[in-house]
Amino acid sequence: MLHLRVAEPMRECEYSQISTRSSTPMETPYKKRIPKRRKWQAFPGRNKFYCNGRIMMARQTGVFYLTLVLILVTSGLFFAFDCPFLSMQITPAIPVIGGVLFVFVLGTLFRTSFSDPGVLPRATPDEAADLERQIDVANGSSSGYRPPPRTREVVINGQTVKLKYCFTCKIFRPPRASHCSLCDNCVERFDHHCPWVGNCVGKRNYRFFYMFILSLSFLTIFIFAFVITHVILRSHRYGFLNTLKDSPASVLEVVVCFFSVWSIVGLSGFHTYLISSNQTTNEDIKGSWSSKRGKGNYNPYSYGNIFTNCCAALCGPLPPSLIDRRGFVQLDTPQPITPTNGITMYGSTQSQSHMAAATPLLQSEPVILTDEAFLPGRTSLGGPCSGALPLGGHPTPPTSTPNLSCDNDMLPLRNEQSDGLRHHHTDGGHHHFLTPEEAPSPPGMLPCGSPLGHSHTIQGFYNPASQDSLHEDSVRGLVKLSSV
Amino acid sequence: EISAPWTFHNLQELRHSASLANKVFLQRDYSDGTTCRFQTKFPSELESRIERPLFEDTVKRLNIYYAEAEKMGGQSYLEGCLACATAYLIFLCMETRYEKVLKKIGRYIQEQNEKIYAPRGLLITDPIERGMRVIEISIYEDRGSSGSCSGSSSTSGSSAR
Repeated sequence: MLHLRVAEPMRECEYSQISTRSSTPMETPYKKRIPKRRKWQAFPGRNKFYCNGRIMMARQTGVFYLTLVLILVTSGLFFAFDCPFLSMQITPAIPVIGGVLFVFVLGTLFRTSFSDPGVLPRATPDEAADLERQIDVANGSSSGYRPPPRTREVVINGQTVKLKYCFTCKIFRPPRASHCSLCDNCVERFDHHCPWVGNCVGKRNYRFFYMFILSLSFLTIFIFAFVITHVILRSHRYGFLNTLKDSPASVLEVVVCFFSVWSIVGLSGFHTYLISSNQTTNEDIKGSWSSKRGKGNYNPYSYGNIFTNCCAALCGPLPPSLIDRRGFVQLDTPQPITPTNGITMYGSTQSQSHMAAATPLLQSEPVILTDEAFLPGRTSLGGPCSGALPLGGHPTPPTSTPNLSCDNDMLPLRNEQSDGLRHHHTDGGHHHFLTPEEAPSPPGMLPCGSPLGHSHTIQGFYNPASQDSLHEDSVRGLVKLSSV
Repeated sequence: EISAPWTFHNLQELRHSASLANKVFLQRDYSDGTTCRFQTKFPSELESRIERPLFEDTVKRLNIYYAEAEKMGGQSYLEGCLACATAYLIFLCMETRYEKVLKKIGRYIQEQNEKIYAPRGLLITDPIERGMRVIEISIYEDRGSSGSCSGSSSTSGSSAR
């Protein structure tokens, strides 16, 4: 216990003595004092973990609970009020099928919400340093104000794909990966961040997400149809007003189902299209593989036929999680976040845990400002981005947030300006500023289709920004528009 | 045959008596899409430490194993459909094919380290521990020899792995 509070010179002596004695110096003196910490407690992203690391969700889970409540209440009312009548009058198979659908919906919902979407762990300090060296060698000495953007080009199946460097995770993102600003993680085969399931949708949970919305479509249509049937049959016998008096819940169910059907069924149709063409929401919104971009532009990941694409997305091998949430933190292995001011390993993991798990407020404060700072700027950019939608005749994606679809096309100008910001701030503390490419989804998407007031959730959360950042951002927006 | 001034009989000895001099990272090769492949380019830092064919052989074999894990064929489809039918509860008792192959890869890397790399003062880290981004090869200098630790990382002084 004395070791931590001992003055500098003394501590240094102690430290070097330990290192010659054993190969794992940190563990021996501290082993009795510190219980072994699990990796999820030191996770650098903005995720919440439950059940000792088994469950992983995004930070804002309010809308997820809303989804859960809507499903539970509507189904519960259906089973309580409509099923007795229907099972007697028509067939008892109705509640049985309804029950199966209901269980399936909940199962896939939980699986989507609680699993790791395919988060890429951040680079270790050694890797980051090695990459920096390679980038410096490739670019030559940085000339003047604007260093060139960090990208690598790779030819996949005849198409040239640009791999972007992620400043937060310090890696070159694999193709189809994207950085989710809400969760502050790079996610493989990033589809979108869905607030309704309270998690990102990526490589590892896309199939569960698809099955969730598909089964929910069936459940919604099922409940809708049979509640209408119930009301009609009852009205024949007892009159319409008496029916409403006997079964008031039916009205609520019809209303909920009516509004849900359009968005959920629409979303299912949209994702069926995406799966059959092997695209992600992100790619579709940006029009990455649209033939409008150029004559030779095609999707290099597609297998050519719809059947193979569907099988690959839904029945392909499920890769394991790369982040090993329940493993124990090895104190002698390099941690992704480097300690800033020479504090010991113990100290750094402690601060990580404070940041990652217990008090997200510490990180969220500066983040809120930058989020909102970019948000109004995005409105002006909504034009080119959402313009991509009607062009191809694709069905508009409703509710879910296709995060950062426009952002990755940002100018290099924005990259290194905030890169400068980022470096300055990471020197000063553990604050993670978002680069423009990581800013949240463009509200330009929201007018396209968010019937359930999804936009209000986000705008209600962020505080108004300063005049300066608004002005700066609208200037950037103009620059972006002019370059498109 | 490259002459080595040190002889490490096993990995433990390597970790205890050597100091980390440098790390080489083999990045992913995305030319085939998002499937897991590593570049087989022979890094210049290893030229004096290991023969090129041995090294390339290791990396090629790893690539073959990863391709096998991610292969989409009858067996993987069957596994996917069966898992879906049992609401993925089957994975509580059975491990996926991917996980089986990853274990095989772990054993292969361990074996390669013991037989080929440790005697040459090198150590391969399983890519799964680096998020499948890189194959990390640690280069060790014998503590007794006058190896400079200039390229070493922040973990050099205290942790001789």
